[in-house]
Amino acid sequence: MSLNARVKVRHNDFVLDVELDIDPGESVAILGPNGAGKTTLLRALSGLIKVVGRVELAGEVLEDSATGLRVPTEERHVGLVFQDHVLFPHLNVLDNVAFGLQAQHRPDAKRIARGWLERAGLAEKASAMPRELSGGQAQRVALLRTLATEPRLLLLDEPLSALDVTIRAVVRRELSRQLASFGGVRLIVTHDPLDAITLADRLVVLENGHVVQSGTPDEVTARPRSRFVADLAGVNLLRGKGRGDHVELMSGASVAAPDAGAGDVFAVIHPRAVALYLSRPEGTPRNVWQGQVEDIDLHGERVRVRVKSPVSLVAEVTPAAVRELRLHAGGAVWMAVKATEVSVYPA
Amino acid sequence: MALAGLGLLFFLLPLAGLIVRAPWDQALAGITAPETATALGLSLFCSLAATAAALGLGIPLALVLSRTTGNVRSVMRALTTLPMVLPPVVGGVALLLAFGRRGLVGSFLYQAFGVQLPFTTAAAVMAETFVAMPFLVIAVEGGLRSLDPRYEEAARALGARGWMVFARVTLPLLRPAIFSGAVLCWARALGEFGATITFAGNFPGTTQTVPLAVYIALETRPESAIVLSLILLAVSLAVLVGMRDQWLGEP
Repeated sequence: MSLNARVKVRHNDFVLDVELDIDPGESVAILGPNGAGKTTLLRALSGLIKVVGRVELAGEVLEDSATGLRVPTEERHVGLVFQDHVLFPHLNVLDNVAFGLQAQHRPDAKRIARGWLERAGLAEKASAMPRELSGGQAQRVALLRTLATEPRLLLLDEPLSALDVTIRAVVRRELSRQLASFGGVRLIVTHDPLDAITLADRLVVLENGHVVQSGTPDEVTARPRSRFVADLAGVNLLRGKGRGDHVELMSGASVAAPDAGAGDVFAVIHPRAVALYLSRPEGTPRNVWQGQVEDIDLHGERVRVRVKSPVSLVAEVTPAAVRELRLHAGGAVWMAVKATEVSVYPA
Repeated sequence: MALAGLGLLFFLLPLAGLIVRAPWDQALAGITAPETATALGLSLFCSLAATAAALGLGIPLALVLSRTTGNVRSVMRALTTLPMVLPPVVGGVALLLAFGRRGLVGSFLYQAFGVQLPFTTAAAVMAETFVAMPFLVIAVEGGLRSLDPRYEEAARALGARGWMVFARVTLPLLRPAIFSGAVLCWARALGEFGATITFAGNFPGTTQTVPLAVYIALETRPESAIVLSLILLAVSLAVLVGMRDQWLGEP
């Protein structure tokens, strides 16, 4: 069962314009910052909002604006799990899980629902009301409620974001296990890279209504194509024109790099490759800039120092180096980056 | 402060007067007197029938109202809430002009079926429905607007079609709003006077409800009027106390 979608949704100033092809059995995370259009995409695929374009699931056309064909949500067999579970507050857990089965007119709906609860270890919660559940339990019941209808496509909207950090890891493991047992196409919307990497085989990065990058987590983080991905990969992303042995940035500054190529390029510099000095460094580095420390951020055993200069970069150093260089916000500092540490690829 | 006290006094004094002047020794006899019992029974029947009619017609109306937007909605809303601000007597006259024997619809009803609505119990029910239904519509529409649309979306995504979504999700979630709307509507219907006396007249046993009986009795048997008034007051208080949680608590 594969999903092929070309959808365009216009909402006031916002335009979502996405092409998505997902192979049978693939688990894909739609990753992006808030407001990127992730939820809109899920609502479009489930038929809750009308799109311009075409949505095809396992060869069956669900929507085609060219012919006016539009299968309503209730007939798509698409499972949608909402961000904050949206369990029916007036129905107990068993009735919530049985709801979709009853909609399918299954005479043994309650028995099947009980089976799902038992397999998930939630049998003793069958007669509990949703308000009596913890956040994690509610999320699991919401997933079961959808899985019980045996959807052809599973859409999860920020499945873990409503949960406490303390239980998130537990629920994530459970979710990962349940998703693995679901054979169909899975689409998980999230802004948390950890969720994306643990729950999906492939990432699709959505920004401003458009897909900016797609691939395995390694592929995506190795060659970021947007500030968002660069930030989550923790690297410095620069954009400019390739000039053979250097990259010319929009600001006019130039960054030396072997094989900079030609045309629009991205240049990535890992913060660990940025060395900091109090005075102009001697030696071979070809990229040397003087700047000013903007802020200093402690990340466990490492310190990230943001430096404003003709080429603003984040450097990662040890706490000892911070003390030695007496780094403080507003202080002057020199940065050096070896040309070979700058990786360049076409934009 | 003083003005607030005066305001409170203004509300309380008449009620105190009612209680102080009540012929308590005759109260029991007053309640069981045949004409009182008749008026009470008729009032109960008419107000409950009006509430039932308001539920049957008002919930669909609220559904439509909550799903329309723009000018259509403004106009429809104004029309539904009009009876709340309209003097009930005017409502009665309007009903008479619509459903009277020579009225817009009434003339047709009379000629085609020989049905005459004015001055019947049905007319009393209609008058009460006309005046009281807006309370239900407003309450239910408010409930619908504050309803998270994702419950209905979740139901649809689970494969539920229109009717199942309505019966198993929308309606149960609206229950508190429907309940409070129905109680308000019933209380309003129970106290209805102006539209009823204009459209249905004042015939003991057919259209003379308690408020009408109170008005008539005030001239001939004042103590009976006081007893009937006390009954209506008790009912109002009971509604107020019973609905307290509903109004102060979660909708």
